[in-house]
Amino acid sequence: MSGYSLRGLNWFNALSMGAKAVDGLPPSLRVADADLGRFIAVVADPDNRFPRARNGEVGLLEGWGLAKAVDDAINADRENAQKRPIIAIVDVPSQAYGRREEALGIHQALAGAADSYARARLAGHPVIALLVGKAMSGAFLAHGYQANRIIALRDPGVMVHAMGKASAARVTLRSVEELEALAASVPPMAYDIDSYASLGLLWETLSVQQIEQPTTEDLARVTECLKQAINDVTGSDLKGRLGASNRAASSRVRELLRAQW
Amino acid sequence: MTDSAALLNKHSFVELGARQRAKALLDAGTFRELLDPFQRVMSPWLERQGVVPQADDGVVIAKGLLDGLPVVIAAIEGAFQGGSLGEVGGAKIAGALELAAEDNRNGIPTCAVLLLETGGVRLQEANLGLAAIADIHAAIVDLQRYQPVVGVVAGSVGCFGGMSIAAALCSYLLVTQEARLGLNGPQVIEQEAGIEEYDSRDRPFIWSLTGGEQRFASGLVDRYVGDDVAKIRQQVGELLQQGLPVQPRSQRAEWFLQRLASLDTQAQIEPSVVRGLYQGERS
Repeated sequence: MSGYSLRGLNWFNALSMGAKAVDGLPPSLRVADADLGRFIAVVADPDNRFPRARNGEVGLLEGWGLAKAVDDAINADRENAQKRPIIAIVDVPSQAYGRREEALGIHQALAGAADSYARARLAGHPVIALLVGKAMSGAFLAHGYQANRIIALRDPGVMVHAMGKASAARVTLRSVEELEALAASVPPMAYDIDSYASLGLLWETLSVQQIEQPTTEDLARVTECLKQAINDVTGSDLKGRLGASNRAASSRVRELLRAQW
Repeated sequence: MTDSAALLNKHSFVELGARQRAKALLDAGTFRELLDPFQRVMSPWLERQGVVPQADDGVVIAKGLLDGLPVVIAAIEGAFQGGSLGEVGGAKIAGALELAAEDNRNGIPTCAVLLLETGGVRLQEANLGLAAIADIHAAIVDLQRYQPVVGVVAGSVGCFGGMSIAAALCSYLLVTQEARLGLNGPQVIEQEAGIEEYDSRDRPFIWSLTGGEQRFASGLVDRYVGDDVAKIRQQVGELLQQGLPVQPRSQRAEWFLQRLASLDTQAQIEPSVVRGLYQGERS
């Protein structure tokens, strides 16, 4: 029995519908150009050359590989008026934690990925993130958080957070129970997707029948939602994420800065 | 100059707070702070968790001139909550960078300097800190289409978490010997991977992998400078004058993938291996 999630892989296979895989990338990445656009997923590779990145974590190869997968789309469409949409399927348990990773500059690899996704957005590619599982911390910053639109499936296994509970408890000198109690009353600290949605960062949340392995209906529903999100993209910035009452200070700070600039 | 005279002329940058650092870098008389502490725009999330908020939320935004160039400085106060970024502090940095990019679109060549002393996301504001850091990444990538963004990690907090990614997005990075730069804090790596993988109490080990000198020798930063206000100021000025890099480090995926492909990943890594692997193309 595998200890890693297969959601990302299953949704990638369903959504890309047999489109030819883009090769020349690390085995932990799945990339294919389907009718909707370029789908990109990070999946578990139990034989990953980097032992701390075998469960779907975003590590050195994944960060730079994502950068390359996105750069290739930017370069291929450079002369085209119509830029292909890029859809990040997000099921990433964390960044890779390890000695090799720190030593070799995993921060730089994740920056490579974030840079490419952001440049794709600025170049006019609609960039969509579809959250089907965990979207944790540095892994999400590298794979998904630069999207114009973020869509989350509604499921307890879909969560966005800065740090796993055990580590967060240790770093903030609390017990896991204390952390959970606090998270229940402070929306940005909570681990559930509805609390996250209250921050205004999601474009849409969507219920499906079988999150692990989508049904035909699920696929149709999500595909339709992705189409709408792609068509909804106007402009290349992230302003659409501002405006929620639970994120009011983010707007106020910007207004004050502008007035004093 | 004798050694003692040199010592007397040296002013530590590391020992300065965020506001003093920003002042020290700007041309005399040009420092102007935005959203200063008297405006008391504070974290709306800390008090209910029993943490005393700070009037500037640990981030100083200042406009001014640096060697005559229009610049906005975002300086993080490492002494407040470990330099962690919450909603307000994060929005101050992102918002300032967004306005600098807008300046450039309006013909004003504003560039940016980030003074980074931070553990990354403030866990008490978890998802709002993470979202703000994504905004900061977006704004750095946008701004450096026009003007350089210079990151400075002087120490002693170092630069970690999502903000280490922000540092790695900068056009140029400057560090001192006191600096550490890495994605994951040592405690968290030990928690997730075990003490054999990463001993968070072994300071020499941690510096040997993530310290300023090692990062410079591995080509992961651009300048390695002594802890001296005048020297750091001069180097930041030089980097701004250089304009945009030909190929930013964060846009070298092919090169890094090639280098990593040639690495033997069976053995645990040594600092010298990283230097050897990445040194090749250093100018």
